[in-house]
Amino acid sequence: MPVRFYQVGSFAVGNRLANRADRTIQSEAGRSNSLTSGHRACQGCGEALGARYALDAAMRATGGQMVAVNATGCLEVFSTPYPETSWQIPWLHSLFGNAPAVATGVAAALRVKGKTETRVIGQAGDGGTVDIGFGCLSGMFERNDDVLFICYDNEAYMNTGVQRSGATPPAARTATTEAVGSHPGNSFGQGKNMPVLAMAHRIPYVATATVADLHDLEAKVTRAMSIRGARYIHILVPCPLGWVSASSDTVRIARLATQTGFFPVFEAEHGEVTGVTTIRRPAPVTEYLRLQGRFAHLFDREGKPAQPDVIDALQAMADDNIRRYGLVDETAEVPA
Amino acid sequence: MLRQIEGSRAVAETVALCRPEVVCAYPISPQTHIIEAIGALVKTGELAPCEFINVESEFAAMSVSIGASATGARAFTATASQGLLFMMEALYNAGGLGLPIVMTLANRAVGAPINIWNDHSDAMSARDAGWIQLFAETNQEAADLHILAFRLGEELSVPVMVCMDGFILTHATEQVDMPDQSQVDDFLPPFEPRQLLSPEDPYSIGAMVGPDAFTEVRYLAHARQQQALERIPEMSAEFAEAFGRDSGGLLHPYRSVDAEVVVVAMGSVLGTIKDVIDTQRDAGLRIGALGITSFRPFPMDAVRAALRGARQVIVVEKSFSAGFGGVLSTDVAMALSGLPVPVATVVAGLGGRMITKTSLQRVFAAAARGEAPQLTFLDLNEELVEGELARIAQRRRSGPTAENILRDLGTVASGIG
Amino acid sequence: MFEVRLHGRGGQGVVTAADLLALAAFEEGQHAQSFPSFGSERTGAPVVAYCRLSERDVRTREPVVAPDCVIVIDPTLVHQVDLFAGLHPDGFVLVNSTKTFDGLGLGRLLNEFNTSHLLTAPATEVARRQIGRPLPNAALIGGFAALTGKVAMGAVGTAIRERFRKDTSLAERNVAAATEMYHYARQAMVLSGQGVLGAAAD
Repeated sequence: MPVRFYQVGSFAVGNRLANRADRTIQSEAGRSNSLTSGHRACQGCGEALGARYALDAAMRATGGQMVAVNATGCLEVFSTPYPETSWQIPWLHSLFGNAPAVATGVAAALRVKGKTETRVIGQAGDGGTVDIGFGCLSGMFERNDDVLFICYDNEAYMNTGVQRSGATPPAARTATTEAVGSHPGNSFGQGKNMPVLAMAHRIPYVATATVADLHDLEAKVTRAMSIRGARYIHILVPCPLGWVSASSDTVRIARLATQTGFFPVFEAEHGEVTGVTTIRRPAPVTEYLRLQGRFAHLFDREGKPAQPDVIDALQAMADDNIRRYGLVDETAEVPA
Repeated sequence: MLRQIEGSRAVAETVALCRPEVVCAYPISPQTHIIEAIGALVKTGELAPCEFINVESEFAAMSVSIGASATGARAFTATASQGLLFMMEALYNAGGLGLPIVMTLANRAVGAPINIWNDHSDAMSARDAGWIQLFAETNQEAADLHILAFRLGEELSVPVMVCMDGFILTHATEQVDMPDQSQVDDFLPPFEPRQLLSPEDPYSIGAMVGPDAFTEVRYLAHARQQQALERIPEMSAEFAEAFGRDSGGLLHPYRSVDAEVVVVAMGSVLGTIKDVIDTQRDAGLRIGALGITSFRPFPMDAVRAALRGARQVIVVEKSFSAGFGGVLSTDVAMALSGLPVPVATVVAGLGGRMITKTSLQRVFAAAARGEAPQLTFLDLNEELVEGELARIAQRRRSGPTAENILRDLGTVASGIG
Repeated sequence: MFEVRLHGRGGQGVVTAADLLALAAFEEGQHAQSFPSFGSERTGAPVVAYCRLSERDVRTREPVVAPDCVIVIDPTLVHQVDLFAGLHPDGFVLVNSTKTFDGLGLGRLLNEFNTSHLLTAPATEVARRQIGRPLPNAALIGGFAALTGKVAMGAVGTAIRERFRKDTSLAERNVAAATEMYHYARQAMVLSGQGVLGAAAD
């Protein structure tokens, strides 16, 4: 019987036990280290992990022929602490809201110069993607410019002190949606489901991923780089500071986001879902929420739900995802 | 070759001859004819290789240009007024990064109130963004300045905006001597970037700069503009050699050498001013004009030298800083500091109001008599102003000023001249 | 310098008319400037365009406030806009209409101005017949050539062909309309004893 290895909690089975072919790019000594050490990210920063994984995978996929455009935000700030940079790739930071447009410009220049093998990545946090960068991103999608855009979603404007963004989940505490009053935390709005919005543009490739599943993330970036045209990857990256979680819990929290169904993991092409990662160990949203101080107001001192209707509403969101994407495989005999 | 051609068309075809590699298009009156014409040239293959990108906003237009220029492509776009303001963040970004993007600014008033006609308020809003700003007097100059702009900007690593009066120049047909491809190729070499995004030699562009070095970066941008002050006349002389015309330069004096009164202005109004100068010279007035072509960098020394002998300087400008006074006037006054030459400001042409020879003649004659007020709003309708002031004094809920005045005027912008 | 002001409505080719006039003058070696006064595109709204012809470089940019010639492309503007403001006492008027000046309610012009410089001409009808569309702008320039003698008909033809070079059939039909209007104007002037101006070549 084959032995399968899974990453559980924060203590991973090392890649040394896997076949060479199954090992991650990150596990190799020869990886690019696009984002090399020395940057000033917080301990346990999900974005630093996500960026490193994604860009090294892209460098591998493109044979090192790649240019990155970065929006203003945590990643840009902690990776280029004056007077140093921790980027080992050609990298351009312009403004907060224009990373997709700047990436379009880079791609256009490469095309006009005949450098067809050099590829472009645009990257931003959730603020720079779903809010201030939305117009430019939509324009890039609409033109089907040859850019892979990556959103590192930590669900708030972290770099400026944890303010609410269009990606902040309902009930979450941020500095502009404090946990006070009769409706503490972020309000229940319509949300801005960026992956679905990307799919609505029917671009060649859309995927979601988290830092809890390194293989999956690398595979998706690699797949994306094999495609021409507008592509979008949305990566959930927990932020210990903003989420008020233990810095050692980052991977665990990301996994719980997927296992509760709160953050669905899937791929789509031209507006149609082509694959989902089913939930292996279903968990109630409370397990996910309890680890994060930004949801602390939902529980009382004994840890029991203090706002049951809010938690029910959040659970309903997760259940809806499970239903929509078919995240629970009812027919599986053996856990996937 | 001599052609009777619309200004926008002349600019579009000249820009095409400059072999731009990435052109961004977002429409706004009155520059649309420029980007439309270039778009057609790309589509037919007459302009190739060139990526023509229809972007979703002016902010995107400048941003795409930034990405393209940083990757070594010659980038061009055009805008006006509201569009310039919408891309202002990116404008400063391009200036700060030293990317030699060239942009046509079809000068148009900035709202509110919304106004599509010509004045210089848009250009003035970008004075400090680190761009070179050149003002064209005629469509010939507008076309020629673009050739100079690419060469100058790329040599110094500074973005350049060529300002041409919206509608007055963009939509006017007049005689333009259009250059040919070989002439432009001889004058304008391919773009050799100072900084380049390239996997072969990777580095980071756009990092944060702290208090330790920000001042130095800004100083160097100023130093580059000072270099431009030297290079502009040199390059214009080269241009004159190659193309046989006197286009560009820092400034153009007109009958000002022995003038007692000198009128300073920028852009197309200089044509009207010159006609008035000639009439008044014939009547015995010692009056002349000084056309400023390079607004940024501002040719302090050259302006001082040209105006120091005057008894009175009048700056006729299409711009105004509420709560202060003239904008160009301030720079001119600065250039004359320490000299006993009074500078009077005449704010004219705001929002496209026509500037007539009759009104100019009246103002210049008064100046010649020593009766130039410090600040004049040419052809101001005092009655309209008084009416609104009375309304405001009467009640709190006086209503929107613009609409009130239009109602008094009895018309809704159907005829402006 | 000879200054022309053209009045019409959006969609009638007022600006094109001014540009054609400038182009015709250019063909003959004159300096010419043409420009519109409107801004936002809106079919049906009153539109004004200007054209200056000169032996020398035209430098001024002000609108034409004292025209030597007023061309009215849409006579329904007659009581809406002050079409003849600033017109020189010896100025020319060309109105696109099948009616007479009296019929248009403009009888006063015959008293105020030089009657041999005034003409109404059915340019829209001619255009409908020659081009198949009621676009009288090119035709009117032919009329202008005859009325004022400021440009030769040959130059008008060249200008039209240049302007419509992408559609030679349309160009020729416009030339035909302009030519017909030119001859109409000459004949009308002869018939009313006005004489024919200038050495305008056919």
